[in-house]
Amino acid sequence: MKRNWKSLLTGIALAAMLAAGVFAQNGTDVLIRNATVLTAAKGTLENTDILITNGKIARIGKNLRAPNAKVIDATGKFVTPGLIDCHSHAMLDSINEGSYAVTSMVRTSDVLDTTDVTIYRALAGGVTAANLLHGSANPIGGLNTVVKFKYGRPMAEFVFPGAPPGIKFALGENVKRANSNVQPGQSRRYPATRMGTMEVIRDAFIRAKDYKRKWDDFKSGKTKIEPRRDLELEPLVEVLEGKRLVHAHGYRSDEHLNLMLIADEFGFKVATLQHGLEAYKIAPEIAQRGTGVSIFVDYWGYKLEAYDTIPYNAYILWKNGVVVSLNSDSGERIRRLNLDAAKTMKYGGVPEEEALKMVTLNPAKQLGVDKRTGSIEVGKDADIVVWSGHPFSPYSHAETTMVDGEVFFDRKQDLARREQLKAERERLEKLDANLPPGKRGKKEAKEDDKEEKPEATPVPTKGGNRK
Amino acid sequence: MKEKGVKFKVQSSKFKMKRNRFGLIACVLFSLTSLVMAQNGPADQNLTGRPGTFAITGAKIVTVSGAEIPNGTILIRDGKIAAVGANVSIPGGAEKIDGKGLSVYPGMIDAGTNMGLIEIGNGARGTVDVSETGDINPNAKAFLGINPHTSHINVTRVNGITTVLSLPVGGLIAGQSAIINLNGSTQSEMADVPVYSLVINFPTISTFAGFNPFTGPRTINFDQAVKRRDDRVKEIKDVFEAAKQYANAREAYAKDNSLPYPATDLKMDAMIPYIRGEKPIVFFAQRARDIRAVLKFIEEMKVKGIIYGGGEAWEVADDLKKHDVPVIYTNIHSNPFNQDDPYDANYAAPSKMRNAGVKFCISTGDDGANARELPYQAGMAGAFGLSKEDALKAVTLFPAQILGISDRYGSLEEGKVANVVVTDGDILDPRTNVKYLFIKGRMLPLTSRHTEFFEAFKDRKASERLP
Repeated sequence: MKRNWKSLLTGIALAAMLAAGVFAQNGTDVLIRNATVLTAAKGTLENTDILITNGKIARIGKNLRAPNAKVIDATGKFVTPGLIDCHSHAMLDSINEGSYAVTSMVRTSDVLDTTDVTIYRALAGGVTAANLLHGSANPIGGLNTVVKFKYGRPMAEFVFPGAPPGIKFALGENVKRANSNVQPGQSRRYPATRMGTMEVIRDAFIRAKDYKRKWDDFKSGKTKIEPRRDLELEPLVEVLEGKRLVHAHGYRSDEHLNLMLIADEFGFKVATLQHGLEAYKIAPEIAQRGTGVSIFVDYWGYKLEAYDTIPYNAYILWKNGVVVSLNSDSGERIRRLNLDAAKTMKYGGVPEEEALKMVTLNPAKQLGVDKRTGSIEVGKDADIVVWSGHPFSPYSHAETTMVDGEVFFDRKQDLARREQLKAERERLEKLDANLPPGKRGKKEAKEDDKEEKPEATPVPTKGGNRK
Repeated sequence: MKEKGVKFKVQSSKFKMKRNRFGLIACVLFSLTSLVMAQNGPADQNLTGRPGTFAITGAKIVTVSGAEIPNGTILIRDGKIAAVGANVSIPGGAEKIDGKGLSVYPGMIDAGTNMGLIEIGNGARGTVDVSETGDINPNAKAFLGINPHTSHINVTRVNGITTVLSLPVGGLIAGQSAIINLNGSTQSEMADVPVYSLVINFPTISTFAGFNPFTGPRTINFDQAVKRRDDRVKEIKDVFEAAKQYANAREAYAKDNSLPYPATDLKMDAMIPYIRGEKPIVFFAQRARDIRAVLKFIEEMKVKGIIYGGGEAWEVADDLKKHDVPVIYTNIHSNPFNQDDPYDANYAAPSKMRNAGVKFCISTGDDGANARELPYQAGMAGAFGLSKEDALKAVTLFPAQILGISDRYGSLEEGKVANVVVTDGDILDPRTNVKYLFIKGRMLPLTSRHTEFFEAFKDRKASERLP
């Protein structure tokens, strides 16, 4: 019931947004005028216009003319590419399939909730795309989904077109189940050590190689009987063939290095080390392999394996030539990735554009979507944020966030519809179905019911990380 | 001639060598001095800094309490701010620091942490001293549990935070908090107010009734939840009542020894200053209904209260003002409480409190590792309605006032404790670096666990050969 009440509210809020015309019609040209453009690729352009046609960046220049375009006056404002979160669990109704050590058969795409309010809050922080990852309970976890945050649209429109598929791996404390208690009647799952974790991964790839061989033999006509499909091993064969990106959660540098050595052994590349809180200790080894690293900029100390990280991690990796991105792994932190990027300028002295790349072009590269998004360049998708001031200033906020040239967040419109939503909420709260149990069936709600109405049980909301 | 020339050359090169050696020594000496000046090395001071008379000249001085001095001098002597102004005479022995291009701020104050009580919250129980067994622990003193050598202290202070309130948590009456400066080898050296307040974890209305590993979360109905809250509040009231009786009995016995001797009870002893309203009680409460319940409690029990958390305090502004109860707000980096709250609800709350005239300050509410986020949290409030000046006050003067230490802390004024931070920019900006740091007039090295790892690994080359 409570859940229904909540989804009803979300539904009404969504309807109100649509009615308010937040979402511009597809196909409309948009002209952003006179902005300071941080391109995240080709420096900063002052007093510059951006013309958006059919959802793409058509022209960048001064005094552009486009008589039929909708104009956004960005005088005194800053424009950046849409931010990309390379590690998120937004939209996921469930995150961990923790039963088996290898769960490569499960897919995040089966459990995505397009009405998750995290999407809207992320858009309000300038985020336009994200890597939605399975949790970290297994050495080899489930399959990811790369999405564009097209809030209010059907699922099909969220899926990032052409993004290479990926899979979550995980190492360390979460995989060992070090910080979770074994319940009475349950047995401890293998692996329980870092030794076992590596063996589970090696074993899985040996099985995947054998499986691939069966298929190769069948396809070449060497064998006549078609092998039975194995949904656990298929994604791992794709990894071996370089068709699926490995996003490997881990903390200790030795573990991440050991995983990269297994990858060397089986001839694939790890796409990203996720978290990589100690990646700075093995920066040259990471750089040699062309593996990316996606980190928290300075979040640390919340568990033992997060104790050796330093906020200079991004700088050391960058200096070694590693493609670094800054992620949130959190429905809270995802709202302020711009300020996380700013911190890399302080810790070590990453140059401004390189810092911005860590939340735009670099995650796009890590996810294989940098041809489409991640920077402000002609021909790219118009995933664009207009900021009230410099995006690295603590006093700035996102004003308008566009995905494929359409506005999905606009602060002015957001402010304008608040009264309407408030009235809507009050009306809904008075409905009989939404009254506290025991107070239903009365004609009218009493005034003092408002104070002690049942609400979602407060969850400790300190960030809500799922690291 | 030739020979002579050769001899001469040899002599001259010997001479040169000597000179070089001398130059080398001078060079080493010079660099040592400059290291000390730049505070990068441990050369002439230990981790708790060195005392002295310091004059920072030609700097922008942000006094917080008064007008900004664009080109001023601040004199630090005997642990205090000896003088601050545009024209300050500098005593002969003072160590001069050129403040050109730099800004001087009072050290920031985080009025809500568990600093020193938790090193690593998850997976290292031996380092967790924040929560005693049982519900009623008024005699547990944070002061006695704080680890003066926690890595969190250096990490926090090098970001310009010099004073914190450290609170125990858990149960109903969690214990007593301490106000500490982030420097010192012993708890006494650190403490400014060793026993500052009682901490009450005010019971909330929650329908959550535990988590079953097989069936998921269990809930009770709303009326039951209200009753459960009321029962828990009654438990606290009973302790207050018992403490009153105890205090009366002790007082009566002091006047008349013929009465039966009331045996010493440490828990009751600890309660006395609080039931009498002599010392403040910090109440943890987030939701509007919980804050209202706390205010009711404060009125009934005639005690001095502070709201800690204060998520929806702005909704209760009138009541808070009526009871003159301040708020330590800890929710900038938390998601809004309701799904349909405005996306910026928690960012904008400080501005709403300010406009409504509620006394408030901004705090991280962090266990300690991430308390260095304090300036950026204040900055975020500055992006959503709070003026820059008030954003700075919210982490300097306002917390000092709420904690009752504004006679000594919170601004740059003659006679105040010399907790002084010198930066190369706006202290709330994530790009800004702290250049000099003073706590109680001691100049501190800008080193921490993080700079040590940085130094150790920043230039590491790979020795491993790729296969």
